[in-house]
Amino acid sequence: MVGLIFNRLLVAIPVLLAVITITFLMIHSAPGGPFDYDRVVSSEVMQQLNQKYNLDAPLYEQYFDYLSNLLRGDLGPSFRYPGRTVNEMIFSGLPITFELALYSIAFAILLGICFGSMAALKRNTWLDYLPMTISMAGICIPSIVLGPLLSLVFGIWLGWLPVSGWIDGIPESKILPVITLGTAYAAYCARLSRGGMLEVLGQDYIRTARAKGLSEFRVVVFHALRGGLIPVVSFLGPAIAGLLAGSFVVETIFNIPGLGRFYVQAAFNRDYTMILGTTIFFSFLIIIFNLLADIVGAAMDPRVREDNSK
Amino acid sequence: MNELVSTSNLWRDALRRLKANRLALAGAIFVFVLILLALLTPFIAPYEYDFQNRGLSSSGPSLNHWLGTDYLGRDLLTRMLYGSRISLLVGFVATFVALIIGVSWGTVAGYLGGRVDSLMMRIVDALYGIPFIILIILLMVVFGRNLVLMFLAIGAVEWLTMARIVRAQVTSLRRTEFVLAAQAMGVSSISIMTRHLFPNTLGPVIVYATLTVPQVMLLEAFLSFLGLGVQAPMSSWGLLIRDGAVSMEESWWLLVFPATVFSITLFSLNFLGDGLRDALDPRSN
Repeated sequence: MVGLIFNRLLVAIPVLLAVITITFLMIHSAPGGPFDYDRVVSSEVMQQLNQKYNLDAPLYEQYFDYLSNLLRGDLGPSFRYPGRTVNEMIFSGLPITFELALYSIAFAILLGICFGSMAALKRNTWLDYLPMTISMAGICIPSIVLGPLLSLVFGIWLGWLPVSGWIDGIPESKILPVITLGTAYAAYCARLSRGGMLEVLGQDYIRTARAKGLSEFRVVVFHALRGGLIPVVSFLGPAIAGLLAGSFVVETIFNIPGLGRFYVQAAFNRDYTMILGTTIFFSFLIIIFNLLADIVGAAMDPRVREDNSK
Repeated sequence: MNELVSTSNLWRDALRRLKANRLALAGAIFVFVLILLALLTPFIAPYEYDFQNRGLSSSGPSLNHWLGTDYLGRDLLTRMLYGSRISLLVGFVATFVALIIGVSWGTVAGYLGGRVDSLMMRIVDALYGIPFIILIILLMVVFGRNLVLMFLAIGAVEWLTMARIVRAQVTSLRRTEFVLAAQAMGVSSISIMTRHLFPNTLGPVIVYATLTVPQVMLLEAFLSFLGLGVQAPMSSWGLLIRDGAVSMEESWWLLVFPATVFSITLFSLNFLGDGLRDALDPRSN
């Protein structure tokens, strides 16, 4: 178990470092400096700006400066919003993105496991076919289609829910974004938990549990689900990574002031430090979540616990 | 010679099984018609893709404009036809790039085995952890919205699973008699990989490539939707859906038609891929 964690960390750290280095080099090889505004800036001002942000120094020096700042958790100043730091901007968007991702994953897990287990228990009946057909649709329909269509139907035509926004006092405003982001993952969860449950339900220890005279509820909830949900748990790492990336699109569709929309805006504004900082931050989050999912998965499954080579 | 006969039977059996799968067949027909329409677009499109009918902006479906017009009076049907060219082109070219990288990587790793193999697969594992959509956005920002670059970048991202699949296949074939025989006859490693091992990975490779195309098209649509992909006056489905989402309050058709066609395309490709998997490898199900 400790070996597994150590093994994964051993891979994760070089990966993160590689992402930082590639991103840094890409940003610095970009044509045009960060201060190419539309209006002409005098050369003295340019020089002062370059000096202030240490852009005159050789590249390797800037790189090591950046790394040492990074180790202290400082992502530097924003190039486009003078006086604001990348840290401030990330932490103003992060809570919203986290909230969105949290609700979406909760929506996906609850819906997915319920329908997946139901499909497995009622195999080859319409309670199996119907949810599985819907989940196929859920996987295929992308968020850029689902989001605008949902807000067209429920926001504009029916007028039931707000078309856009993410307002704390108004829980209705959060429904459509969460459904848009969560649907595909709910569909995956349903398929995975159906598969996992089918495999487990045929095994001896379930027959033993039934033979002991346990109620069907106990058999399913306490015995079968535990084994049947391992595929779902190991999917959570990639799912959270996907949710964070998906938040770009959903936040853009519904005009939500989260981290993803900041990133897209920074990309448009060519706010290089902001792009660099957010990329690193996102990669860090995603690697951490993958690691956590591996560890949780290993803790649940004795077979993985033994097999450290994987 | 025996090998050849049984191979042709495999493909014929696969075709038979595919034909029996209604959904996959419908998907294949839809994709085929779509490709045909995309190829013929310059001849059949009712208007030029940037032609603006100033008198008829934001008008709903009518006889002159079957699917309506956008706020600049451009014909939606025409723009969807031209958009299909870009979307399908990205889908197929980027998948091809992914195919080449993935198949070579997987074949080499699987054939050489040992330390080289575990190092190469470790790299693949590590790359899985990287949030590539962010890096692609970065690439589009840094180097401009270049279509060729987008093909390469998306292809360079989507090869990982392909490499795993091919490697698993090659590893299981590496010790079979026909490979040993080729080795004993002194055939070079490169030609064993290209002439003997590669043809035997074709089944899974075709299946996975079919499933990669919709993923790639989705990635392109994401980028264009965010405004970082294809730029107007050119057209792609992602871009049309973006325009549709912006103006859906006044002109619902601008959103509904491109969104529907895009979804049906993704459905068809996925059904076709699933059908091919069942047809080519009946054991896996």
